[in-house]
Amino acid sequence: MTAPTPAAAPAAPLLEVKDLSVTYRTAAGPARAVDGIALVIHAGETVGLVGESGCGKSVTSLALLRLVDPDGHVALGSSVRLEGRELLALPGKEMRQVRGNHVAIVFQEPATALNPVLTIGDQVAEVVRTHHKVAAAEAWRRAVEMLELVGIPDAAPAAHHYPHQLSGGMRQRALIAMALVCHPKLLIADEPTTALDVTIQAEILELLTDLQRRFGMAVLLITHNLGIVAETTQRTYVMYAGEIVEEAPTPALFAAPAHPYTEGLLAAVPRLDAPQGRLTAIPGQVPPATAWPAGCRFHPRCAWAWERCAAEHPPLLEAAPGHTARCWLLAEPGRRAATSTAEAGGSRGAGA
Amino acid sequence: MTPWRHAARRFLADRVALAGLAAVALIALAAALAPALAPYAPNAMPDPVRLQHLPPGAGHLLGTDAYSRDILSRLLYGARVSLAVGIGAALASVIVGAAVGLAAGLGGPLLDGALMRGVDVLLALPRIFLLMIVLAVWNDVPLPVLIVLIAASGWFETSRLVRQHARALAGSDFVTAARALGGRTRHILGHLLPHLASTIIVTATLDIGNIILIEAGLSYLGLGVRPPTPSWGNMILEGRNALFTAPWEVLAPGLALVLTVIAFNLVGDALRDALNPRLA
Amino acid sequence: MSAPAPAAPRPLLEVTDLTVHLTRRAGVLGARTEIVQAVNGVSFAVGPHETLGLVGESGCGKTTLARAVLRLIEPTGGTVTFDGTDVLALPPAPLRALRRRMQIVFQDPVSSLNPRMTIGRAVREGIEIHHLAEGADADRRVERLLDEVGLPRDAVHRFPHEFSGGQRQRAGIARALAVEPDFIVCDEPVSALDVSVQAQVLNLLADLQQRRGLSYLFISHDLAVVRHIAPRVAVMYAGRLVETGAAATLYARPAHPYTGALLSAVPVPDPVTRRHRIVLEGDPPSPVRPPSGCPFHPRCPHPGKDERCRTERPPLAPKAGGQLAACWKTT
Repeated sequence: MTAPTPAAAPAAPLLEVKDLSVTYRTAAGPARAVDGIALVIHAGETVGLVGESGCGKSVTSLALLRLVDPDGHVALGSSVRLEGRELLALPGKEMRQVRGNHVAIVFQEPATALNPVLTIGDQVAEVVRTHHKVAAAEAWRRAVEMLELVGIPDAAPAAHHYPHQLSGGMRQRALIAMALVCHPKLLIADEPTTALDVTIQAEILELLTDLQRRFGMAVLLITHNLGIVAETTQRTYVMYAGEIVEEAPTPALFAAPAHPYTEGLLAAVPRLDAPQGRLTAIPGQVPPATAWPAGCRFHPRCAWAWERCAAEHPPLLEAAPGHTARCWLLAEPGRRAATSTAEAGGSRGAGA
Repeated sequence: MTPWRHAARRFLADRVALAGLAAVALIALAAALAPALAPYAPNAMPDPVRLQHLPPGAGHLLGTDAYSRDILSRLLYGARVSLAVGIGAALASVIVGAAVGLAAGLGGPLLDGALMRGVDVLLALPRIFLLMIVLAVWNDVPLPVLIVLIAASGWFETSRLVRQHARALAGSDFVTAARALGGRTRHILGHLLPHLASTIIVTATLDIGNIILIEAGLSYLGLGVRPPTPSWGNMILEGRNALFTAPWEVLAPGLALVLTVIAFNLVGDALRDALNPRLA
Repeated sequence: MSAPAPAAPRPLLEVTDLTVHLTRRAGVLGARTEIVQAVNGVSFAVGPHETLGLVGESGCGKTTLARAVLRLIEPTGGTVTFDGTDVLALPPAPLRALRRRMQIVFQDPVSSLNPRMTIGRAVREGIEIHHLAEGADADRRVERLLDEVGLPRDAVHRFPHEFSGGQRQRAGIARALAVEPDFIVCDEPVSALDVSVQAQVLNLLADLQQRRGLSYLFISHDLAVVRHIAPRVAVMYAGRLVETGAAATLYARPAHPYTGALLSAVPVPDPVTRRHRIVLEGDPPSPVRPPSGCPFHPRCPHPGKDERCRTERPPLAPKAGGQLAACWKTT
């Protein structure tokens, strides 16, 4: 798999997100699905965005491409800069030129993301025609070329097939072809393999890594699967309750997680290589977006929480160079030594 | 909060629905209290020579017809006919349709196939013509028989709907769970009926308007309710000759029909929206 | 026979040569009928207080197998014996009574509970069907069950949509427990749940097994989850079992090439470990037209693959590690 490259100190980042907030109107009141997050992606990097359902990661991906309207509302003060250009301020026409062309997105469900009445060749060619002024024949040629690149066997005749004639893995490849045919600088992949079998999943991930190297593009990989993150990303953000709670180079995230939520996630995943007796479950549930807890949003479920956690909302604090976490434990490390509640026991490796 | 209460809330929040419901309630009340409300007996002919074709005015709020019968009184009694036939036949046809649909939806492939092919054939028959033929041969049917005939000619679509719905539900996990628990047919039905109830209620309500028009049409052709019993349909038939000289004789029952059907349709539509399960 | 074991108690569930062939319409206007060979001659046993894990990818037949074992789908061949009783031969009334002892937990927390029924009524259903308790007695049982699965008592009056996926799964488990079963088929019970919730439910299932002496047939496509909960595992492919054995051996030294490829495809949450992934060519086989000989042969990466693989179907045979595998080429 990918050899993680050391975090480069690069030129200006490809994508810079600052203070992004998205609110939805719900029957139960306003839901701040994404609350002031900041992301940085450099050219050619693969960055992971990890979180469970309800954390806001999918909304984030939509917000980057300004796809949350009309249901959601991106707050004033949010900033999404692509190569220095503020996407949130672009007029509609220019934004459309960005989507699919400079920034592309691949979604989770290949079956529903493809138009069932158009051939896959047509759908890929359509993307080409939308962004480049080329003749139909030339667009088709590029489409077939791309389909071949994504590993669809016999791409030329296969381009005339309809989505229902393809397997799930092939459909996902077709979607990737649609996303990459204009050679975007950034690919957002939102749970691209969740709906696929594990053997197909491995192939698709390998394909993405391969294409990324070939095109030198950056990838924002959004997933809840820590295994995928470990294998394919160089840096990872962990999201919880609409916020980024940890950011680190991937090896550091797994070797020395700084935020209790990350620790909890790692301890809760059953391991193929190291069978545990009892999984360490994170007690409680994800809070609803209409009622984020006061102070640190994770504190009701945290084994180490103390009064400060309930009262003050922690900022991102540094745990190591390039590694930050939103936790007061980084300011008061002594607290970690205090005994934790029952659920934190039974860590990985301990029999039960 | 039960799903029914949710639905009631949604329904009551819809102004148009409330208007329709109020209209239906008024008509029903008028029909029920017809004997008390009607100023005259519906068939009373006080003076066929001098009081015929009187325009609406004092003494006869909606005028009189060719036989000096009070239109308003006849309208009120006609409402009874329309509502009795409308609601009665709608209920009967929905019950039969639901029963057949359930049997087909839950039964094995043989039963399902036989019933649905039967329904397909029956659906191909033209409802109005069949009714007309039967009623032309069988002179002067009593009202209950008319209701049965109209119901018998119209349950097919409901059975299809219910069968589809039942089939889909029967495959869902919670029904499989009921079977896994050892549930008998009545337990399965216990799961299905609340879901099917919404479909059935909406279908029945929307059917009422349609059936009222069928009865009116048949009566207008002289095949449904025969004079002198007043029905909005045969009132139009009888008032036809005086259409340009005494238009109120046709307008009154005509408008009554239009308003009643609209009211029931509004209520039916609103019910459909309110019962649309969007619970998750 | 396989590796020597101490005299085992009589298995609770014994499945022999189970076959489920479903017919469906196909072709233009549905004129043709196809036979979907969903399950083909599957045999296994689950002992009392035991968990057997069943892994396989989509389309391998594991869900059909789950339902056929409980006779929620009628098998076309083979036998299912539960505690000595021939399940497939039972008339309706004794079958209903037997159903108390074998239950099922479903994958999808949304569709497994009737959205129009309160949690209380759903959990109570089994108690009512079998007349296990009445009135206040039944109420108390329901409350105790909710406690046992970790749901609040006021859930009795609330509807499924008011709860999260994990809580709905717990409700489904409570419903199954209400009739006091000995054996539960868990059909992908945590696949639709988030990681942290998954761990909670897995722990709950393990606790329940301890406390109530339950047996599980635990079905999942997630190999890591199965590894965690099942000491014995069976691997399913194209409606057949291709390997069965102790989890430790099977995962460390798989004897069937498919198991090996499957294991190599699972991403491990550890950036340091490098996997060598075994690539499988082609698509999973069609259950309507299964390949001749070994069902895996078109995609098998084994270097020794030969004509015998293409023509003769290998039976499950003992291998060096103690497990059974259906392959001519591995030892």
